[in-house]
Amino acid sequence: MSTVPTSSIQKNTHAHPADASDNVGIVTPKSMTFDTPLALASGDVLENYDLTYETYGTLNANKSNAILICHALSGSHHAAGYHSYNDKKPGWWDNYIGPGKPIDTRRFFVICPNNIGGCDGSTGPASINPKTGKYWGQTFPHMRVRDWVHTQARLADTLGVTTWAAVIGASLGGMQAMRWALEYPDRLRHCVVIASAMNLTAQNIAFNETARQAIQADPDFHEGDYLNQQTLPKKGLSVARMVGHITYLSDDGMGEKFGRELRSGSFTQGENELVEFQIESYLRYQGKKFSQTFDANTYILMTRALDYFDLAREYNGSPAEAFKHAQCQFLVLSFTSDWRFSPERSHEIVSSLIRADKDVTYAQIDSAFGHDAFLVANQERYRALFNTYMQNIEIAP
Amino acid sequence: MSQHTPRTDHQVIAQWVAPKSRVLDLGCGDGSLLKLLQTQKQAHGYGLEINSENILRCADIGVNVIEQNIDQGLTNFDDNSFDTVIMSQAIQTLHNPDKVLLEMLRIGRQAIITFPNFGFYKTRLHLLLNGRMPVSEILPYEWYNTPNIHFCTFKDFDVLCTDLNLTVKNREVVAQGKQASKLQYLLPNLLGETGLYRVTKNNHPT
Repeated sequence: MSTVPTSSIQKNTHAHPADASDNVGIVTPKSMTFDTPLALASGDVLENYDLTYETYGTLNANKSNAILICHALSGSHHAAGYHSYNDKKPGWWDNYIGPGKPIDTRRFFVICPNNIGGCDGSTGPASINPKTGKYWGQTFPHMRVRDWVHTQARLADTLGVTTWAAVIGASLGGMQAMRWALEYPDRLRHCVVIASAMNLTAQNIAFNETARQAIQADPDFHEGDYLNQQTLPKKGLSVARMVGHITYLSDDGMGEKFGRELRSGSFTQGENELVEFQIESYLRYQGKKFSQTFDANTYILMTRALDYFDLAREYNGSPAEAFKHAQCQFLVLSFTSDWRFSPERSHEIVSSLIRADKDVTYAQIDSAFGHDAFLVANQERYRALFNTYMQNIEIAP
Repeated sequence: MSQHTPRTDHQVIAQWVAPKSRVLDLGCGDGSLLKLLQTQKQAHGYGLEINSENILRCADIGVNVIEQNIDQGLTNFDDNSFDTVIMSQAIQTLHNPDKVLLEMLRIGRQAIITFPNFGFYKTRLHLLLNGRMPVSEILPYEWYNTPNIHFCTFKDFDVLCTDLNLTVKNREVVAQGKQASKLQYLLPNLLGETGLYRVTKNNHPT
């Protein structure tokens, strides 16, 4: 120890992960207002809306290096880096976006918007409806995946991006990426679909409805009007998140992490203290944390968008017919322990793409992290394959 | 990546693949055959593979690769949805080679199969002289760790094709990495190291 210069020790002690060479660093969200009315799939019209987004990397001269990241249910525009040196946690996909990472910000210009209907800056149920001067709440229009795709296309227009090098998304984000390939086939060259599906199974819809019921049963929900009533349905949202969280982890993963470990109490004969398992405490903590930062109406809106999504609905129910409209190449990835969006569901996407004669690479990654695996770092095979595919995406010099 | 000469067996296969056709390669390995068919024949190909390193190599050279275990069925592929279905040096690793062969000709108009000929004289001599299961350059495994569980000879494969009512359209012999000499053509079962077959269903016009 004595041979190490003091100055380097100090530097290491104070180093923030934002300063790491593979991190995008400190980032600032941007916002854009759109005044052209947006016709929604539901038939409603959104007169105007704000879109909050973040960008990483630099758009090249011929604008051939732009990548769109579509977030999932509880994601946001904050996909990578830190908002300040006080932040303990980086953006949600920081493990895979940054210099030298699969979505390499030295090569690519990365854009991640917060979807409308969200609660992280873009217009949503927790925004004020300019017509009434009150919070939108449950009166905010229902969203479908294609509505987000259209808002993302408008954002691309304003930034001068005519064609994405790739549109990338996992879970609900993967649904947006696939919809992009059908709605704007000439505007993306690659489509990366991770841990996703062409529609939800009945079991999956059932989990979402259970979550919604938990929220709606909270006395503070007030039919979704809680913000105008100056309250929050925290308990309901917390339970909803707990249900979701269970389904995002695998049985094995949960067993490895928590097992039957006790947080308090004991089973000793003659002791009457209430026993609490580690998993109970963990889930409650996750639920509580989430319920303080996320909007319950957004949660309902996002889960409904998931339920409604059916890639092939407008194509006679034939996914192959649907994918015939696509012009891009596809990378599809799944994780072995993901039972919410199982590898079989990804394999269905792949078989449909082959039927449609589209280029596709598919791998099923061995992982114990369940549906959340797409977020988790240090999974060598996932990183290597994702990285290799991304490096092969051509960028006009 | 260095531009090396394609393997002899791959060159033979390429001769049997029509330009711009749809090709499915079962057990595509590092993707080099599909890459050759892409560049030489403008084929649109997909490879099935289960080895993660091979999948990565395929992705690296820009070949469509699907992680799928052939032994677990090919039911996700439609009837007659491919022009050619290839299985190169993989049939001896399958649990049900006969069923897969029929599946190949359900999915494709023609099937191309290559396999190490267990009747090759060196293999025969190895067993005869050493009394142990043959180990060679192209069959480098011991009996207990080999993925090759269903060996056959040229003769065996001919018999299987007859039993399954299939027509052998072409048969090629490769030995020591070269296309066969006249003698090897005359005695493929003894002198051929690798067998290459182009097969269709009986009375198929191709």
